Amino acid sequence: MTTLTKNKIKDSFLEIIAKATSENFSEIKQQAVEFLQKEGLPAAKAEEYKFTPLSKKLESLTNLTSATQINLSAEAVKSELIPDLEVDYLVFNNGNFDKELSSYTEKNYSVKSFKSLSEEETTKIGSIAKVSKDPFTALNTAFFQDGIYIHIAKGKVVERPILILNFNQANNGQVISPRIYVQGESNAEATFIEKVISLNDEAYFLNGVTEVKVGENAHLNYYKIQNESTTAIEANNFVSDVHRDATFTSVTLSLKGDMIRNNLSLNLLDSGCEGNMYGLYLLDGKTHVDNHTNVDHTMPHADSNELYKGILAEKSRGVFNGKIFVRQDAQKTNAFQQNNNILLSDDAIINTKPQLEIWADDVKCSHGCTTGQLDEEALFYLQARGIGKDQAKGLLLYAFAGEIMDHIKIDAFKEYCITLVQERLGKL
Amino acid sequence: MSKDNQILEEFTSKEYEHGWSVDFEADEAPAGLNEEIIRWISAKKEEPQWLLEWRLKAFSTWQNMTEPEWANVHYPKVDFQKLKYYSAPKQKSKPKNLDEVDPELLQIYERLGISLNEQKKLQGIAVDAVLDSVSVGTTFKETLSKLGIIFCSFSEAVQEHPELVKKYLGSVVPMTDNYYAALNSAVFSDGSFCYIPKGVRCPMELSTYFRINAANTGQFERTLIVAEDESYVSYLEGCTAPQRDENQLHAAVVEIYAATNAEVKYSTVQNWFPGDKNGKGGIYNFVTKRGICAGDNSKISWTQVETGSAVTWKYPSCILKGDNSIGEFYSVAVTNNYQQADTGTKMIHIGKNTKSRIVSKGISAGKSQNSYRGQVQVMKRAQNARNFSQCDSLLMGDRCGAHTFPYIDIQNPSAKVEHEATTSKIGEDQIFYCNQRGIDTEDAVALIVNGYAKEVLNQLPMEFAVEAQKLLALTLEGSVG
Repeated sequence: MTTLTKNKIKDSFLEIIAKATSENFSEIKQQAVEFLQKEGLPAAKAEEYKFTPLSKKLESLTNLTSATQINLSAEAVKSELIPDLEVDYLVFNNGNFDKELSSYTEKNYSVKSFKSLSEEETTKIGSIAKVSKDPFTALNTAFFQDGIYIHIAKGKVVERPILILNFNQANNGQVISPRIYVQGESNAEATFIEKVISLNDEAYFLNGVTEVKVGENAHLNYYKIQNESTTAIEANNFVSDVHRDATFTSVTLSLKGDMIRNNLSLNLLDSGCEGNMYGLYLLDGKTHVDNHTNVDHTMPHADSNELYKGILAEKSRGVFNGKIFVRQDAQKTNAFQQNNNILLSDDAIINTKPQLEIWADDVKCSHGCTTGQLDEEALFYLQARGIGKDQAKGLLLYAFAGEIMDHIKIDAFKEYCITLVQERLGKL
Repeated sequence: MSKDNQILEEFTSKEYEHGWSVDFEADEAPAGLNEEIIRWISAKKEEPQWLLEWRLKAFSTWQNMTEPEWANVHYPKVDFQKLKYYSAPKQKSKPKNLDEVDPELLQIYERLGISLNEQKKLQGIAVDAVLDSVSVGTTFKETLSKLGIIFCSFSEAVQEHPELVKKYLGSVVPMTDNYYAALNSAVFSDGSFCYIPKGVRCPMELSTYFRINAANTGQFERTLIVAEDESYVSYLEGCTAPQRDENQLHAAVVEIYAATNAEVKYSTVQNWFPGDKNGKGGIYNFVTKRGICAGDNSKISWTQVETGSAVTWKYPSCILKGDNSIGEFYSVAVTNNYQQADTGTKMIHIGKNTKSRIVSKGISAGKSQNSYRGQVQVMKRAQNARNFSQCDSLLMGDRCGAHTFPYIDIQNPSAKVEHEATTSKIGEDQIFYCNQRGIDTEDAVALIVNGYAKEVLNQLPMEFAVEAQKLLALTLEGSVG
């Protein structure tokens, strides 16, 4: 890493350490700071960040300090709700939980601010997303102030989706560090929707961490939309521990931003569990989206499915790295992974690396990856039937992208996503 | 299950067939690596000044490089100062032809089943045999030279065709390319040189046979193949080494240059000593192989059957520079016991309408680790590039690993790139199907593995295909997982 960033972070640290000592989280914050001082942010050639030079990008920001809460109106919040869908919503105001603006029933679950956690709950933070796993997780751990702790008790089914609205407005590249912890006990069921919203065009560095525990036979879904300003820089670390017979499904739509890096890790810890990861990225301009996913099969009889699709226009760049680990004990694993891309312009770049690491012999694992352009023959077929070229192109692109939306189980939200995607495709 | 274990046991205890060594007087360089040694090797080979300078430059580059650690292999580091960089069987005078070659040397090759004498009589393959650091003999030289084909040892080429060597040496694999290529550039002792002139179709298979005999030596050979416009050559390479307790280093460089409309087919059957069943000893096989399709419509095809070596680190690559050029890579890599293989290919599409095809079949058994690592890169101006990659892994036994690391980097929207990979063991239903029809389990496994590797074995020239099939059968016989 460069000295510039290192010094900047160091200076910020002093401020953070001073604050941290009085907080509940002084221990993990201390760990995070130590880790960062030792390892720094990833260097330009670090394998994991080879195609996504986040550290370099951060150098262009001059104001690397924690962003503070802004004035947010209730109307602004309401305008971001999803039409025809009754939700409980939680608001992040520049990375801090804003209880006043949030509205939730706590029916069959409970929400806590990080400031009012019990001692036991406090120790859970950082137990799934470990500081040593990723430098940006460490950075978030050092910086976060007030996060959201959600608890779904044993056997409870949360009927209304929980919408997390992530409002961001920073001043010249300040760091915004939202943190979410979800504790899903056994047999719990819930669906989360997260929306990332930029309030203006000022650059910021959104560095979020979400930790999710999916208890025995629990079923959790997590949908996320990244539709930010074209100056937004985001690093997102999402880690989930999936226990026996549990299911976890994630759907990520990345539509806009400057540089977005998503690290999604599923630890399939016991037999019978299932991890599903779906993603769609529709990029133009100079947007750079990097999806790094990691599925770790540790025990027998677990399944994972992964499908990421991308359409890249103009000077955009897509990066996909899917890792599947199958440990020695994980016999009878089924793991599937696929990444498909369409390049629409000469200047778009795709770097993809579907990776399998397998130590068990009785497994079925496969991965596939394709990159190409729209099928000329299909286009011709449609044109021959009187459909204009642009419309035909739109139809084909939508047919390609639509598959991802099929994995969204809430109809109203699915409709909302389809509208967003169509609107987006119209502009590509 | 107990029968399976027994069979597995049998299979893992199978001894390495070529593990013997022959004692004869050798001319060796003292152990250690420094400028003096390089000067010594260069003087020994009576090399021209430019080559010595080239070596020294490579050496100073190497000194500033660090050993790569990104490969998925783990092994005790090589102490470069303990190795001997030159070992040649002592001969009274330089042999003019095969009849003058020391009979003891020829015997070594007889034992390996490569009779240079017989080869001389039989029509078929021209062989260049390399023992430790020097080439001991090349067959069919006269026949080939009538067509204008140059096929000789590298040292001979340096003496007799310096202009060609100077032009092409390091043009495909520059000395700065990587750690082991730099080391090889500094200390390479011999190897083969092959030049096919314009419009000539080489009438026979050319072949090099490498053998490490001496202890504590590293083998650093260098192969350079130049195919001029509209020429064709098929080249084979085979290798074995004696069974020794310590690890030996083999760091070779192979360069292929294909001009317009030229086609080069390079096949390897690699059977270096893989170490014993406890993972002791064995060859470190750190090889840089690269070909450039420099002219339009040219084609380079790599086929490899990898069964030996303790650690393999090898990525035969193609730079598809000429328009419409084609690169192919077919590989079967088998690992057993404690063997580790990190192998694959790189296809770099630069020219228009370039095509590449990758078929990699990994088979891992015992406690081995088998990785495929490949890159397909489509540059911005490579219009209509097409790639198809398939890498399959077969696992036998629950202590082995199979890994895939494919990198796909595309910068042109007209590229069509497909990659698919599967990992599995031999299906119980497949075995059951065979059993049902009266084929016992062991034969069924052989049948399935053979079918699994067929796509690659079919690419080998006849003479090699037989050897490869034998090797495969020997390595995997009875390994019912």
